[in-house]
Amino acid sequence: MFRKAVALTLFLILTPLAAYAETAPVKIDTGDTAWVLISTAFVLLMTAPGLALFYGGMVRKKNVLSTIMQSFVILCIVSIQWVLWGYSVAFSPDAFGGLFGGLGWAGLNLVGTDPNPDYAATIPHQAFMIFQMMFAVITPALITGAFAERMKFSAFLVFTILWTTIVYDPVAHWVWGTGGWLRELGALDFAGGTVVHISSGASALAAVLVLGRRKGYMTEIMAPHNLPMTVMGAGLLWFGWFGFNAGSSLGANGLAASAFVATNTAAAAAALSWMFVEWAHRGKPTILGLASGAVAGLVAITPAAGFVSVVPSIVLGLAAGIICYLAVSFLKPLFRYDDSLDAFGIHGVGGMWGALATGLFASAAVNSGGADGLLHGNAALLGKQLIAVAASATYSFVLTFIILKALDAVMGVRVNVEEEVEGLDLSQHSESGYTA
Amino acid sequence: MKKIEAIIKPFKLDEVKKALNDLNIEGMTVSEVKGFGRQKGHTEFYRGAEYSVDFLPKIKIEIVTTDSMAAKVVEAIVTGARNGKIGDGKIFVVPVEEAVRIRTGETGEEAL
Repeated sequence: MFRKAVALTLFLILTPLAAYAETAPVKIDTGDTAWVLISTAFVLLMTAPGLALFYGGMVRKKNVLSTIMQSFVILCIVSIQWVLWGYSVAFSPDAFGGLFGGLGWAGLNLVGTDPNPDYAATIPHQAFMIFQMMFAVITPALITGAFAERMKFSAFLVFTILWTTIVYDPVAHWVWGTGGWLRELGALDFAGGTVVHISSGASALAAVLVLGRRKGYMTEIMAPHNLPMTVMGAGLLWFGWFGFNAGSSLGANGLAASAFVATNTAAAAAALSWMFVEWAHRGKPTILGLASGAVAGLVAITPAAGFVSVVPSIVLGLAAGIICYLAVSFLKPLFRYDDSLDAFGIHGVGGMWGALATGLFASAAVNSGGADGLLHGNAALLGKQLIAVAASATYSFVLTFIILKALDAVMGVRVNVEEEVEGLDLSQHSESGYTA
Repeated sequence: MKKIEAIIKPFKLDEVKKALNDLNIEGMTVSEVKGFGRQKGHTEFYRGAEYSVDFLPKIKIEIVTTDSMAAKVVEAIVTGARNGKIGDGKIFVVPVEEAVRIRTGETGEEAL
């Protein structure tokens, strides 16, 4: 009886203490966690089906499935790569001079449900990890627009693993990882303008130079085979981008709302400016132009979303639509490179504009964790943004060029002419998108 | 017997069909075809890339009828399909040697 009473008393005293000891240093905010997990799902939607349909509609009928499949399989490959070693290379404590992380978090070792205050103090570390995973997924998928309709599937799979490991993971570490050199420098990238769009855009340019032009480029008609599909994809990208940008506040808070507003505003402004500039130049407003402009605006606002107020986001968007339109309609024909679906023209050019515009328009009043840009009297930020743009674009371009050249020597990166003419759906997958 | 082959603008098909119905023409074959004459094609723009589309969608109507009806059928098609603009189409009349109704085996004008 006595022994039982003592046991019970001890139990009553110790239980709350034990519970306290477990939860005290760890304050998970339920609202923040819910928002980041939902945002993660939003960003997944950007790749499949968003980007898959956006690109799928723009290729010719005979390549619709292979194009959609590239986005879908990247989702699967990078999901595995990221938990095994990608997240560790990008985000674990710096291993070498601010260039990449170590392998201490490989297999999600030490990445549990407790928050990691270096990245996000109020959500489980695994929530931050999986949110970041979706960024690692969409980035190589963006590049597929450049080499669409001519890349060999087997080589493409190997390229995806190598590119994600050698290009994406280090660049993400530079910008966002603890000890990353661009983060230490003070360059700003709210949601991945440098990490996602400049890296994929510069890599896209390298890819088209290695693979060469499609057979019949500039002589045969290569018009989009299904623009309704493309527009549906663009709408899903816009939707998902709220998770991408507003989710990057890593909390359900005022910053998320302000990034959300800036994102939507810039997308709308860029869609309109592309439509009007094309109307003035070619005589007709087009839905492909409207949709492309929206994506260009979303790309450009990405690095700035959490640092700028609403009027600058309109200016940033209007300029993005015009600059990207000029890139695809003058730059591309001038140099005669075949960036099939304008991965460089929209993500590379739009990403660089967005990163520099962040250096112009950023305001510490919007986000105390940010900095003032040139228009708020701080020219130094623009210099830092310029360094970030130059470094990430150069590194991505050079490494992608080397990876693809090496792969070409080992296994060949391009399908043969017969397979290209037949279409990748049949030659690579023995399927057709439209059997009726 | 004559076969009348008419290439017309797709949006004129209903008017042509109505004109032919008024003549009590009992059958015709219609196909969606592509081609160009003096009208030539048009230009399309996709993100600044310019494509000239040479072959335009047209409708081909084929009717086999008696020698005595042929001129009226041609006149009905002209009335229905004429827009007065370049690209309205063309009509060709060719002689037909034989016709067979598969169900009954009737031949010649009986089979029409």
